[in-house]
Amino acid sequence: MILPLDEGIRELVHDGDTVALEGFTHLIPVAAGHEIIRQGLRDLTLVRMTPDIVYDQMIGAGCARKLVFSWGGNPGVGSLHRFRDAVQNGWPVPLEIEEHSHAGMANRYVAGASGLPFAVLRGYLGTDLVGRTGGIAAIDCPFTGETLTAVPALTPDVAIVHAQRADRAGNVQLWGITGVQKEAVLAARRSLVTVEEIVDELTPVPDQVLLPARVVTAVAEVPGGAAPSYAHGYYARDNAAYQAWDAIGRDRERFTQWLDDDLPGARPAGRKEQVNS
Amino acid sequence: MTVTAARTLTSAMACFVGIGLPSTAANLARRTHAPGLWMIYESGTLGAAPDTLPLSIGDGILAETADSVVSVPEIFNYWLQPGRIDVGFLGAAQIDRYGNINTTVIGDYTDPAVRLPGAGGAPEIAASCREVVVIVRQSRRTFVESVDFVTSVGHGRGPGDRERLGLRGAGPTRVITDLGVLEPDPDTRELTLASVHPGVALDDVHAATGWDLAVSPDLTTTPEPRPAELAALRDLTRS
Repeated sequence: MILPLDEGIRELVHDGDTVALEGFTHLIPVAAGHEIIRQGLRDLTLVRMTPDIVYDQMIGAGCARKLVFSWGGNPGVGSLHRFRDAVQNGWPVPLEIEEHSHAGMANRYVAGASGLPFAVLRGYLGTDLVGRTGGIAAIDCPFTGETLTAVPALTPDVAIVHAQRADRAGNVQLWGITGVQKEAVLAARRSLVTVEEIVDELTPVPDQVLLPARVVTAVAEVPGGAAPSYAHGYYARDNAAYQAWDAIGRDRERFTQWLDDDLPGARPAGRKEQVNS
Repeated sequence: MTVTAARTLTSAMACFVGIGLPSTAANLARRTHAPGLWMIYESGTLGAAPDTLPLSIGDGILAETADSVVSVPEIFNYWLQPGRIDVGFLGAAQIDRYGNINTTVIGDYTDPAVRLPGAGGAPEIAASCREVVVIVRQSRRTFVESVDFVTSVGHGRGPGDRERLGLRGAGPTRVITDLGVLEPDPDTRELTLASVHPGVALDDVHAATGWDLAVSPDLTTTPEPRPAELAALRDLTRS
């Protein structure tokens, strides 16, 4: 199903949903995140291994009630200040956090994609994450007796990823650094893929990842939809934008101004009225 | 500090590289004495060989120059977990006398003074690489008696702790700072000052350490960087 981005978000994402926007530095679905802010969605549980500036913006706009993650920062620059403000001061709304390691999150997606209730990994033992995060449990190997770690499957209501291109039937090509996007889409109940372009026929690309149309709920054509991250073969990462975000995100007033200027029509944080279109 | 870190790497090694100082050190090693160094980044690039320093672990230049690009689950499950990586480089917001690392929070977890980025790949890097090298600037704020949160296990509370936990690698074998190099004592596992950098007084190191730092009886002075190393470093960090 091919939809405009605003319709895709309206149909697939609802207040209170668990939503994973994945992309490991590359192909981050930034435009989709901005549309979620614009539509004023609230009480979301946001899931992502590496929440970066688009999650900082969504948290600052008050979309999230909870964040499930393994590393939250502005890659190559520093901290996420809206995330920090929400955790330390509850601004604009308190943010509950559930944190894992990368290996834990990756395996949680793998379990979700595999239709299993949990995944097993060697890790976490001895760290304070074990006591702080509910979903980390020691488990004995039934064959060797060795103590390992179990983590519960992640099965988001919606996974949103960005890719290079799709055909009209909704088959998706995604290549370069592929992160955990395939696992996120396969683990989720619904999925939205934004793409640089929709083509009549996909040409074979070495190392491609193809998400067959049957696992993709909707595709939206959004050229530049990953900027300021990048889309391999289409455009480069805008490192200056990541650096510039530091000063904007650091200050509540500058951030609010940014919301007004860059996402006109976005409802201010804290207001709860429903948009029915 | 970067040159000293680069010198711990050899051409035969596979190195799990984090962004920042670890990435600078690994790329410097590859350009000087260790051209065969196999660098992997947690974004999934195996054998990346960038011409310039990447600005993030998922920089496009890593994918373009890599032997192979794999998914994040594959990096952690197939490459890190079975112990295929010789050395992991880690940074730290806090480190204690047993090399345990905090990159999660300063202060109380539920009411933190400073919320840091979190664990990322570090817990499993610390658990699974054959050895770990920590690169961190030394100060009393960073070198603390006890970390506020154990994000990554070093030597636990002393001898036998890693083995009891089932952690496979040797843990931190070297902590490289702007003042010197610390190594775990073979018996107590406590970090011990092994060398000081040229021009650094022992008192400076004690003043920058939040516990009563043990000093190796064989304390040495870190060898000066060679001109070729400095030139390569300048070339790498220019732009």
